Amino acid sequence: MLRILSQILRTGVVTEPLPPAEESRITVAGAGLEEEVTRRFKRSVTVRYVDAGSCNACELEASAMNNPVYDCERFGIHLSASPRFADILLVSGPVARNMEVALKRTYAAMPEPKLVVAVGDCGYNGGIFGCSYASLGSVGNVIPVDVYVHGCPPRPSDIINGILKAVRRDL
Amino acid sequence: MRKILEIIADLTPDVTQSGAEAYIVPRDKFNAAAKALKNEGVRLAAEWASDDTPFGEGFSVYAAYSAPKGYLVIRSKVPLEDQTFPSIVKKFTAARRFERQIHSLMGLTPINNPDLRPWIKHEDWPAGACPLRKTFDAREKLPRVEGSYGWARAEGEGVYEIAVGPVHAGVIEPGHFRFQSVGEDIINLETRFGYVHKGIEKRFEEMSWIEASRLAGRVSGDSTVAHQLAYCRAVEAAAGIRVPERAHWIRALMVEIERLANHLNDIGAISNDTAFSFLLYQFSILREKVLRASFEAFGHRLMMDRIVPGGVNSDLDGRAAKAILETIDNVSVEFERLVRIYEENPSVEDRVFGTGVLTPETATEIGAVGFVARSSGVRMDCRVDAPFPPYNRLSPRVTVLSSGDVHARTWVRIEEARESMRLVRGILEGMPAGPVSVSFSALEACSSGFSAVEGWRGEIIYWVQAGPDGSINRCMVRDPSSVNWLSIERAIKGNIVPDFPLCNKSFNQSYSGNDL
Repeated sequence: MLRILSQILRTGVVTEPLPPAEESRITVAGAGLEEEVTRRFKRSVTVRYVDAGSCNACELEASAMNNPVYDCERFGIHLSASPRFADILLVSGPVARNMEVALKRTYAAMPEPKLVVAVGDCGYNGGIFGCSYASLGSVGNVIPVDVYVHGCPPRPSDIINGILKAVRRDL
Repeated sequence: MRKILEIIADLTPDVTQSGAEAYIVPRDKFNAAAKALKNEGVRLAAEWASDDTPFGEGFSVYAAYSAPKGYLVIRSKVPLEDQTFPSIVKKFTAARRFERQIHSLMGLTPINNPDLRPWIKHEDWPAGACPLRKTFDAREKLPRVEGSYGWARAEGEGVYEIAVGPVHAGVIEPGHFRFQSVGEDIINLETRFGYVHKGIEKRFEEMSWIEASRLAGRVSGDSTVAHQLAYCRAVEAAAGIRVPERAHWIRALMVEIERLANHLNDIGAISNDTAFSFLLYQFSILREKVLRASFEAFGHRLMMDRIVPGGVNSDLDGRAAKAILETIDNVSVEFERLVRIYEENPSVEDRVFGTGVLTPETATEIGAVGFVARSSGVRMDCRVDAPFPPYNRLSPRVTVLSSGDVHARTWVRIEEARESMRLVRGILEGMPAGPVSVSFSALEACSSGFSAVEGWRGEIIYWVQAGPDGSINRCMVRDPSSVNWLSIERAIKGNIVPDFPLCNKSFNQSYSGNDL
């Protein structure tokens, strides 16, 4: 137990000291988001994640959004285990044919009002996988998308920015 | 190897193949070859098929075996008028899913394989849609048809079913798990995948050799470096290119950094699944540091698209090397503190010891690879068994444990993270000067190449084949997950339902790498 406490003390708050470029990106995004979220979603916005066919790189960066360095919860972004509580659906990947039904059902299970943020180049236009017998390409081909976040994969701060954009757009 | 070759009759050397010893056997001896190799204790690493109609022939079916001194590829030709081949499932458990996949996607029928339910392909695909055939148009829109999947059933008093997925609770990939349970005890688990099938193998056939390296880097994003390395090594074997020494070292550097980053992530995530979230957050800070060093050195957090056929497209300067070294120095100190906390925490210990046991016998039987195999007493590591530069100089230490439980899988990865940090230092120290790539132009018609690379999950295999015009005729991908996913079904029996997420995390296989 003492070791744990001492490690906690030694670690301190790591959320602050970011490299300057990243720091400005994240705090500008974060502060703006916090304001919007407080005003529009009563202090927190709940996000449900669905991988509709990605290579899993986008999942890695979306998970990193929740690590102590980015700590998206400080801006009121909360990841939920169920679409039933979600305000925002984050979707990665080209939509695989074999995931089309599951994605539509997840979207349908969300209460109104709801927003969709497509994460990564594949979610935008199918990326390197394109459109084929197995891939339906863009997330927008399957459910309505509010914001696309570019990158392969996008950085965690880009994803946080994408959520902010979606919240602002729906004014 | 010689001895094995003497046992199999009717072998003809397959001169088109590079990267592994390759032989052609008559189709009716495909099975006999498997039997002879099984008796020698050889492992089936992959089984696949190619459509050879562009060469004016029928199909071929291949089995790659891991022999004591390198790999052995056995090929049998399958004529157009009788599209079948003898199944080898009776000899090798791993062949079950390989052959289901061949049957589903290439449309060849393995004779005497009792389970031909679709694999990767789902039941709502039209009958006869075999995307890997040349006659199948990749742009074809497949209609949805009525169909059902023959799930394993269990009946009896108190038996109930839990269906999980494809959409899971966390930020993870989709797949379906179906449990039959009595009370909390799991009596059977059946996994079903294919949800993220994006037609990768078919897509390869539309791309140039250079462009396709980017696709290989997106088979499984968490192993992007190892996949691109395996792809490029297969292409380079087929083309007969010699990569400059410095490129080998930079490639290995990236592979080891990728291994370290993933191990850090998962050691934390496993602890989190025992409700010890403290370590998740601590390890994710370390991982973030490694990703940032990667970004500084290579311009990409996951180091995507740095390995290309012929070498690497990004050299390493002194500043980048210093950034990596400083990060490793910092991370290794923190890492040891956290490992001590993991070791001394009784509530973690209580959950990880004796949970989700994959016995050495089962691991050998299913042909498990990577850290999963090494946690269950199987000593195998491509870096040592089929070494290429610089691993032949660095001699990585391989950790093997035999208990096969969640703790063993975690501890093997702790040791491997330590070893990767040692290797990164060794690579930075010993890196030779010189060019980092040679020009790569094209492949000779009909040539093919085989490669195996130890990614962080384990052995990744690529096999590429050039068509009559020298373009990609076939690119076979075998992610470690294609064999290792079987292990979770075996390891979970007798455990309780609430331990499933912990067990699954301790295997952490790729859905995308499996589904392709």
